[in-house]
Amino acid sequence: MCGIVGLFLKDSALEPRLGSMLTDMLITMTDRGPDSAGIAIYGTEDPAISKLTVQSDTPDQAFASLEADLSAELGSKVHMRHKDTHAVLHIPRGHLTAARTALAAINPDIRVMSSGDTVEIYKEVGLPKDVADRFDLRSMSGTHGIGHTRMATESMVTTMGAHPFNTGPDQCLVHNGSLSNHNRLRRKLQREGIHIETENDTEVGAAYLTWRMQKGATLGEALESSLNDLDGFFTFLVGTKDGFGVVRDPIACKPAVMAETDQYVAFGSEYRALVNLPGIEQARVWEPEPATVYFWSHANSSAPTEKAA
Amino acid sequence: METTPLRDLNATLQAQAEATNQTAWEIVNPKGSHAIAVGLDAEIEVTVKGSTGYYCGGMNKLATINVHGSVGPGVAENMMSGTVIIDGDASQYAGATGHGGTLIIKGNASSRCGISMKGIDIIVHGNVGHMSAFMAQSGNLVVCGDAGDALGDSIYEARLFVRGSVKSLGADCIEKEMRPEHVALLTDLLERGGCDAKPEEFKRYGSARQLYNFNIDNAY
Repeated sequence: MCGIVGLFLKDSALEPRLGSMLTDMLITMTDRGPDSAGIAIYGTEDPAISKLTVQSDTPDQAFASLEADLSAELGSKVHMRHKDTHAVLHIPRGHLTAARTALAAINPDIRVMSSGDTVEIYKEVGLPKDVADRFDLRSMSGTHGIGHTRMATESMVTTMGAHPFNTGPDQCLVHNGSLSNHNRLRRKLQREGIHIETENDTEVGAAYLTWRMQKGATLGEALESSLNDLDGFFTFLVGTKDGFGVVRDPIACKPAVMAETDQYVAFGSEYRALVNLPGIEQARVWEPEPATVYFWSHANSSAPTEKAA
Repeated sequence: METTPLRDLNATLQAQAEATNQTAWEIVNPKGSHAIAVGLDAEIEVTVKGSTGYYCGGMNKLATINVHGSVGPGVAENMMSGTVIIDGDASQYAGATGHGGTLIIKGNASSRCGISMKGIDIIVHGNVGHMSAFMAQSGNLVVCGDAGDALGDSIYEARLFVRGSVKSLGADCIEKEMRPEHVALLTDLLERGGCDAKPEEFKRYGSARQLYNFNIDNAY
């Protein structure tokens, strides 16, 4: 069992409250996943920068001179915000790949949580409330975000086993369920040159999507093909720069509830997670159908509930 | 529910004797909580003002429970008798393993509605999802809308009545003729469920009795 939440804002007036609304939803899902928690939040885009969110178990030491070291290595100014075990590095746009290479050279023990233009991913072991407090998630603003509370079944309770998983630039995945063919698929993807770090099943699901998209598939197509290639139970919530998508396996025993108003589209593993959202009494509340890919995107605001693929 | 712990609420409702004078109860601010009004055993009427989480009205006996909202997975699971009425939609496995009583869902029910039902009557005004009435043993499932994939898979003696389309039938489930006794039964069910649908608009589905365990040579 795990808990998933997601919030996609249509009304920009709610953007300053995204972090606090999503944090409340996340904490409500604590009894579905008390082991660890994580959140991916998409902020307002600054066309001059991209972002790397990084993590270290010894942050004071690892981040002490990181800003200066990375700026020197890249030959341009990098700005760093340090938050507990994480740090967000603002990289001049266009230097993201070089920055990741430089980072690995400067300190290979620093882990990349997310990379992209607007996404920041924070995840740690512990109760969702404590994780949210450590990163002051409530104060964050943004256009949309997804979160996860984990009750581990398939692998260790570690930071790297927590969700969301970064699947590509500005893309991430959270998962409720368990994949049963992840070992075979991990070997296959590793042979294809995809980097997989842990024994976690969801990381394989994320790597699978990354691999499909590297082969030219759109995210919608990658999610469609996941229905054939992934064996097991899953409700996936996928964050992108423009919005989020939902897909459930054909058996659909992992719960999912959606609510939509003029102001937002919200996702919760249970209705409980949604009850404090504004106007929930008047919202359209429904369950996403099994084996069906759904997308909500800011890129096409006239049709916010477009269905992919 | 914002002020009263769930255990206190359920203990109070469960303590109502058969001859209680206080027969009407109202639960406000359910906020999607789990296991509301479970294990009741008296002829009381409970109204839930809002939507609930898992297992609302589970193991019900005698009581009438009316939810003014939608319900999460497993509503009226293993109900013995009484009536549970849902004004909105129901999530997975509504009325699972129910032995008796009546479950009325005025919206849609999702997957596995009436799984392993054992005598309960379930009346759904809208649609039901895939694998509904899986291994249904006895009782009646009425669907005024459409049914999803694999309806009635591995069914025993339960009767299924569907007005709309059936996406696919499960293993050993077939369409059967509507004889006068079935029309009479369905007329009563529709009336109890508050449906204005006509019995003639429905098709009946049940077991072809061809699976392994229906063959007497396989009995021990």
